[in-house]
Amino acid sequence: MRRRGGLFWFQLGFTLLVCAFLIVPVVLSMLAGVTVNYQAGLESGLTLRWVEQVWEGYRDTIYLSVALSLACLVCTLALGVPAAYVLARARSAWARTIEELLVMPVAVPGLATALALIVAYGTWGGFRTSWLFILVGHVLFTLPFMVRAVLAVMNAIDLKTLEEGAASLGASFRQRFFQVILPNCRSGILAGSLMVVTLSMGEFNMTWLLHTPLTKTLPVGLADAYASLRLEIGSAYTLVFFVMIVPLLVAIQWAAREPRRRRADEA
Amino acid sequence: MGHPRLFFLILPAGIVFTAFFLLPLAQLFVIGAGGKDGLAAYAAIVVDRNYRASLVATVLLSAGVTIVTLVISGIVGVFLTRNRFRLRPALTAMLTFPLAFPGVVIGFMVIMLAGRQGIVGDFTQWFTGERLVFAYSMAGLFMGYVYFSIPRTILTVMAAAEKLDPRIEEAARALGASPLRVVADVIVPGLKPAFLAAGAICFATAMGAFGTAFTLATRINVLPMVIYTEFTDQANIAMAAALSFILGAVTWLVLALARTAAGSSVAAAG
Repeated sequence: MRRRGGLFWFQLGFTLLVCAFLIVPVVLSMLAGVTVNYQAGLESGLTLRWVEQVWEGYRDTIYLSVALSLACLVCTLALGVPAAYVLARARSAWARTIEELLVMPVAVPGLATALALIVAYGTWGGFRTSWLFILVGHVLFTLPFMVRAVLAVMNAIDLKTLEEGAASLGASFRQRFFQVILPNCRSGILAGSLMVVTLSMGEFNMTWLLHTPLTKTLPVGLADAYASLRLEIGSAYTLVFFVMIVPLLVAIQWAAREPRRRRADEA
Repeated sequence: MGHPRLFFLILPAGIVFTAFFLLPLAQLFVIGAGGKDGLAAYAAIVVDRNYRASLVATVLLSAGVTIVTLVISGIVGVFLTRNRFRLRPALTAMLTFPLAFPGVVIGFMVIMLAGRQGIVGDFTQWFTGERLVFAYSMAGLFMGYVYFSIPRTILTVMAAAEKLDPRIEEAARALGASPLRVVADVIVPGLKPAFLAAGAICFATAMGAFGTAFTLATRINVLPMVIYTEFTDQANIAMAAALSFILGAVTWLVLALARTAAGSSVAAAG
């Protein structure tokens, strides 16, 4: 073990400071959400009153966000996995161009994408006021994450040899795709799925313009609560959001670590 | 391999993408030129004094955020890849934890830190008797953008730092280079592709971010807020369309340029 000089302790201190910067407000807001009066401090007592009020007032936003993110997952799986396969197999210039294009909704600010959707489809009354309008935005924004995650795995495994092997044994394309390719891309599909659900759950930039009073998602409700309600209710609502999103974030970190560890075990 | 099959497999994604992204963006461009000023609306972002001011403010803010984030993530990322100690996994998890927080929540985190009831205010009141409150201004926005840029940048830096060969550093040290020289001549050049890629994402995200500014104050004069105000309060859809088209083009261009630069230097290094 190397001797740990002053530099080590300085860097450790700096790292701890950055950690505190990121984590302290999270902890504070969680506490504020269950404190009777945040201004008066924890001495004022703990309560679930604020969480109950959030549940009463904003339950629908939670349901909608869950439904939206799951619908978004279904769409990105159906569109993204075959697209990733094509991009992995066709290593031509047009495939690179398509890949570049597909990533654009991540580069272009959500505000611009949302405005574009509104000017193009805003007059289609039934579509504009339904939750499908938000779903379209979310699918555009999350599709690149699914494609990239699956593509990364497909590029890492020897897709061609696998497929040729299966084909030489007489497997049809459908069999090869569902029984050989998809199982081999499990880790990428899992990582992409977790990312899609998490991002859809938290998407705000686009959703704020796409939503209507009847189609409010969780982050839209949060913005509402921050703007108009007392700090404790905003905090309680944030707490609810954390409770929903933290398991997903933990799963993402786990999924990112798992394949590496598995590979290390095999080696 | 049958090309027709590949074509049909990517067709659904292509149709959705064209119908809901490419065509609407094209329409956005047309509408941007369809206002009372015509195509000149696109020049307004540099000609009109207010728009230019918010463009300059947004670019300066994003550039500042990018630099500060890269410095912080560079120090922390290299430290965490180079040292193995018991706290390390926990620290890494904490630093990447806010990765997917939406902008509105980040805004609220800034309020918890530097808002009217924030902890910074508590501390300063305790020390100096005055409450320091800066959440609802450009400084608060800066803090928020650094907050959400750190997790993604650290991940990129750590991935790149893993691949750096520690022997080069040891060689430099053995040849008598000071720690500062090692950082400047070995580590920073080695991480340059990662810095470029992460920096570009940082910059582009800060340019287009909306949620944080929205939570903190609608008066902060950054481009996304201006676009939003034009669209809702002024109902000036043509101007909002022109501004957001330009904003989209700028952020996309920055990312594309950085990818090319990072890509080529990665290839050159390999």
